[in-house]
Amino acid sequence: MQIGIFSVGDVTPDPTTGRTPTEHERIKATVAIARKAEEVGLDVFATGEHHNPPFVSSNPTATLAYIGAKTEKIVLSTATTLITTTDPVLIAEDYAKIQHLTDGRVDLMMGRGNTGPVYPWFGKDIRKGIELAVENYALLHRLWREDVVNWSGSYRTPLQGYTSTPRPLDGVPPFVWHGSIRSPEIAEQAAYYGDGFFHNHIFWPASHTRQMVALYRRRFEHYGHGSADQAIVGLGGQFFMRRNSQDAVNEFRPYFDNAPVYGHGPSMEDFTSQTPLTVGSPQQVLERTLGFRDYVGHYQRQLFLVDHAGLPLKTVLEQLDLLGEILPDLRAGMAEGRPAHVPDAPTHGSLVAAAGGAHDGTVHAVDDVTGHRAEEIA
Amino acid sequence: MTRPLRLVVVSAGLSQPSSTRLLADQLADATTSALAERGAGVELTVVELREHAHALADHLLTGFASGALADAVAAVGAADALVVVTPVFSASYSGLFKTFFDVLEPNLLEGTPVLLAATAGTARHSLVLEHALRPLFSYLRAVTVPTAVFAATDDFGAGGQPGEDGLPGRVRRAAGELAALAAGAPAAPRRTAALPAPDEEFGEVIPFDQLLRR
Repeated sequence: MQIGIFSVGDVTPDPTTGRTPTEHERIKATVAIARKAEEVGLDVFATGEHHNPPFVSSNPTATLAYIGAKTEKIVLSTATTLITTTDPVLIAEDYAKIQHLTDGRVDLMMGRGNTGPVYPWFGKDIRKGIELAVENYALLHRLWREDVVNWSGSYRTPLQGYTSTPRPLDGVPPFVWHGSIRSPEIAEQAAYYGDGFFHNHIFWPASHTRQMVALYRRRFEHYGHGSADQAIVGLGGQFFMRRNSQDAVNEFRPYFDNAPVYGHGPSMEDFTSQTPLTVGSPQQVLERTLGFRDYVGHYQRQLFLVDHAGLPLKTVLEQLDLLGEILPDLRAGMAEGRPAHVPDAPTHGSLVAAAGGAHDGTVHAVDDVTGHRAEEIA
Repeated sequence: MTRPLRLVVVSAGLSQPSSTRLLADQLADATTSALAERGAGVELTVVELREHAHALADHLLTGFASGALADAVAAVGAADALVVVTPVFSASYSGLFKTFFDVLEPNLLEGTPVLLAATAGTARHSLVLEHALRPLFSYLRAVTVPTAVFAATDDFGAGGQPGEDGLPGRVRRAAGELAALAAGAPAAPRRTAALPAPDEEFGEVIPFDQLLRR
């Protein structure tokens, strides 16, 4: 079981002081949060991708590469990579490069993005979101698995004799998750490839998450990747904790009430009962989180949103300290009753082992044995 | 034996008692009678939007229906016939009424027979049914019955005699049209996709090889 955090990268005023951090502060804070996540023993740090204010999460690959250089163990991921508006050729190159730089500590989560104008800014149409996600990922999947790709489709210029470089580290592409809140087509896509499926979970009732995950599991089995309970499932989560639960409620309320996503809407009490948000003591967060398995089954990755709604960096780091304190109990609880045939989340190491060991995939312009160019032997 | 038809009435009146609800009840009774004449039983559900006002505002901000609102949306989605009644506010349907239809999934009312009705202080607003409500339900691909029922305050005290073209006559005619649509046509091809079972948000999955070929 992997436990980590995901960051949207929003620059939001702190409602208790009215102060908005600068972009520079927020970008540096993101790095500090990722390093803290590793320090307290978390497994994953994932960053979002946005191309408009108030976010600083454009160019996620630079952020991940930099964090990769400052950390040792933590797996770097995305939440999400915009497979709709980002050229899959660039995704193939960028994330293979990060694989090499971080010795395989990277995976990705594909998402579509729901900010309308971002699509035309990148020459795309939001009404074609599903089609873009399907076609672009099909190309990305090939680029990491075939040395020379000839391809044509509806949404980018054709490729003839194209080799994406660098080739994936050890001949094994990064593991891919597909994230969607409410599109069954994306659960179907994840199931088809035998990839992971991640449900954001945090803004919607559990009954909805349960059905999306159940659909993915059913179709994962249908496509022959294993039994439904072996499908690779990730969930989002959201908490605010203090040792004394009433302190957590009092301190978090102004952030909740003014949060960009749900602020000025339901009361914090209603929202915590309707969604997985937990505001309370570490013990309450522990128990609530362990309860997620009741409706999605044993799963592989739990990511929490901790740096949002204008919470100051100091508070976020304190939240990570508290998460670190309950981490052993969280791991022990998640392991309880977990059948042996339920796999862990794939890592670079496990994927290399499954592929029968590492092999270097370097494509040389001219094959030094046969003298042929790579394009000619495709 | 065929199951009773699901008649759902959506009323956006705010006061207690409300003339909007009064008109809604008359339309529900008349539709039930008209269906009975056709040998159809009726299972009636009344959705009072006032009770869901907070949940509707929350839905606008969170994107999901909570608690009783989720049940109301499910009932409307499963309706064989729908009666919708709004008070006229500022020359159109009320904001509460529109909000409810704003949060429905785009195809939820596709092919559903709908009777349109509205109330106001004076008859000068009666065309609101034609310039505001009918385009809304056309957009939602519902099938509106030709007679829409408007009741001004005066109408509640006039035209009770059979043959007279007052409110009761219009209520009967509209209810008859709705009953004919709901009970008459043999299962017209409603909705492009199969509706999921009540506990299932997701109906038929489109197999991935089809998605790839699109």
